[in-house]
Amino acid sequence: MEVMVEGREVSSSNTVMCLLTDPEGEPLGAPLYLPQNAGPPQLQEIVNKLLKNEEKMPYAFYISDQELIVQLGSYLQKNKVSVEKVLRIVYQPQALFRIRPVNRCSATIAGHTEAVLSVSFSPDGQNLASGSGDTTVRLWDLNTQTPLFTCSGHKNWVLCIAWSPDGKLLVSGSKAGELLTWDPQTGKQSGGPLLGHKKWITGISWEPVHLQAPCRRFVSSSKDGDARIWDVSLRKCVICLSGHTLAVTCVKWGGDGMIYTGSQDCTIKVWETSQGKLIRELKGHGHWVNSLALSSEYILRTGAFDHTRKTYSSPEEMKEAALARYNKMKGNAPERLVSGSDDFTMFLWEPALSKHPKARLTGHQQLVNHVYFSPDGQWLASASFDKSVKLWNGITGKFVASFRGHVGPVYQISWSADSRLLLSGSKDSTLKVWDIRTQKLKQDLPGHADEVFSVDWSPDGEKVASGGKDRVLKLWMN
Amino acid sequence: MPQGDHIELHRKRHGYRLDHFERKRKKEAREVHRRSAYAQKALGIKGKMFAKKRYAEKALMKKTLAMHDESSSRRKVDDKVHDGAIPAYLLDRDTTTRAKVLSNTIKQKRKEKAGKWEVPLPKVRPVAEDEMFRVIRSGKRKTKQWKRMVTKVTFVGQGFTRKPPKYERFIRPTGLRFTKAHVTHPELKCTFNLEIIGIKKNPNGPMYTSLGVVTKGTIIEVNVSELGLVTPAGKVVWGKYAQVTNNPENDGCINAVLLV
Repeated sequence: MEVMVEGREVSSSNTVMCLLTDPEGEPLGAPLYLPQNAGPPQLQEIVNKLLKNEEKMPYAFYISDQELIVQLGSYLQKNKVSVEKVLRIVYQPQALFRIRPVNRCSATIAGHTEAVLSVSFSPDGQNLASGSGDTTVRLWDLNTQTPLFTCSGHKNWVLCIAWSPDGKLLVSGSKAGELLTWDPQTGKQSGGPLLGHKKWITGISWEPVHLQAPCRRFVSSSKDGDARIWDVSLRKCVICLSGHTLAVTCVKWGGDGMIYTGSQDCTIKVWETSQGKLIRELKGHGHWVNSLALSSEYILRTGAFDHTRKTYSSPEEMKEAALARYNKMKGNAPERLVSGSDDFTMFLWEPALSKHPKARLTGHQQLVNHVYFSPDGQWLASASFDKSVKLWNGITGKFVASFRGHVGPVYQISWSADSRLLLSGSKDSTLKVWDIRTQKLKQDLPGHADEVFSVDWSPDGEKVASGGKDRVLKLWMN
Repeated sequence: MPQGDHIELHRKRHGYRLDHFERKRKKEAREVHRRSAYAQKALGIKGKMFAKKRYAEKALMKKTLAMHDESSSRRKVDDKVHDGAIPAYLLDRDTTTRAKVLSNTIKQKRKEKAGKWEVPLPKVRPVAEDEMFRVIRSGKRKTKQWKRMVTKVTFVGQGFTRKPPKYERFIRPTGLRFTKAHVTHPELKCTFNLEIIGIKKNPNGPMYTSLGVVTKGTIIEVNVSELGLVTPAGKVVWGKYAQVTNNPENDGCINAVLLV
């Protein structure tokens, strides 16, 4: 008994050799002795001091992929970790701001006369657009929560919509294969339709604003097996990226100026954008590639806009701000790509480095419909038809957690801007908000009368929009 | 039996007869006349057989012709806007075309209709007791008449074990026990073979309900979990009521309509 008590006292006053590393595994200075009563706040201070941060950043700490919440000493005791070895502690920067989870439906706006197929907030979070099966694109007034403009012009269902990263243009693609551009200020069509695709449009992605300041080019993918780069000011197709033998399901314009296309022919192709040359072909999947996600996707989508709600007067200024944001987010690691497929697996790639996958992510029991990197790139979420959402480490691709709760296939997911919350929309007509820290269900949001096809969390974190088969658009708030 | 392909060999060596193709053309040209002559002449079973064969040939020919026409003729693309829009990620999947996916929009329509308990068969023919039961004589001299055998279809729960003969007043014959019903969804016009969960109400009386007798007009509860219905709160619906529309004891199956 005496010995036990003594032992505990010794351990509490003892120190442990720790090595702080960043998520990539780069050590921060030499290993150092830390007192065992040090907890996350103390570690945070040390990291801030070592990194010479001007303003204090919040950090989360992970030891062998488990978040450290208690003091080091009690962690060692609980998990029986040897004190003699160097303890590797991974620090991960957290967002400075915190987004409150949405918990109520603030508005149900009717208007569409057919199912709502896609909803999307503008990069600054001030505008909302939705595309529907009634062949219209609608813009909504977020302040009064009423319809603002009805943009008709498409000949068939509007399948995809995408805002330009500077928020000045909205482009929509339909099942008939034509693309239209809209001015969100007036709700008018700018120019005629962009024709070229022979079948329906499956995805649209804009050129990142840090590569070209007034957004001009975007890429669209289609069922007919081509991806096309369009120029909005020339109003024509600049380059046709053909090479896939089956439908292209997903397209992304990367931050390094490369285009990634995933296709039903089981391959992912990487294209160069000035001449449309094929750079790489990523093979590995055994079935259709359904969805692609980039580690920097959120930054590319929001461009220069961040949580401070800064506005920019000139495109050059915006370009510079966007570039700074992109570089800060990217660090010195290459861009990572993840692909979700019909073969129930996902692959994590680093297309800039090699054509072989970095990791194979297995665990889903049904096809993976949607993959999405968290805004800070640390996490990776996947929505699957096996009714679960799975969370993975965004850097190594290791499995972290599985979110179960939906009773139908999960169609779409969306991250909050601070990477602490995840939203999923499902066929079972509900939305669910998941907490990444506790890895539990945070909020259940019933309300839709039918399948939820599309969800989007506004970049400013205030609102969530969802649309589905019941033809209404719902806005959720906290 | 031919001993060799002499004709082919000869043709290989010397070529065709000079008038070979002319003869062939003429023979082919005469063929139709010969056929029509036979068609007119043939009587009885031979005529019938010939006509049938000819009809099948003609139908096949027409089909092939139509098929070839289709490939060459240019038609307008089907650019109508269809109902039931689905997002791009579901377009190539056939899941939505399956009738099993019930849309909640239909459910909404149902709600608007008045009266939740308005059933498809409001009135049923009353079934008398002596039609429902058959008296079983028991005892050594077969003088006792307190046992009854149900002559209608019954539903017996899964955990049921028969009572000892002394206490078993009602016998439900195993041959007339059912566990599944063909349930039609009235809006979707499609039928599913669903498991019966229980008997909600037999219109002939509470005793029949408790015995699990299934006659025409009985409300049964069926397991609809495989239909994939969800409540507005996102939970799976698994039990729903249906009304029996046929006389199961006559047909050997239970047909029912889902009450919605």
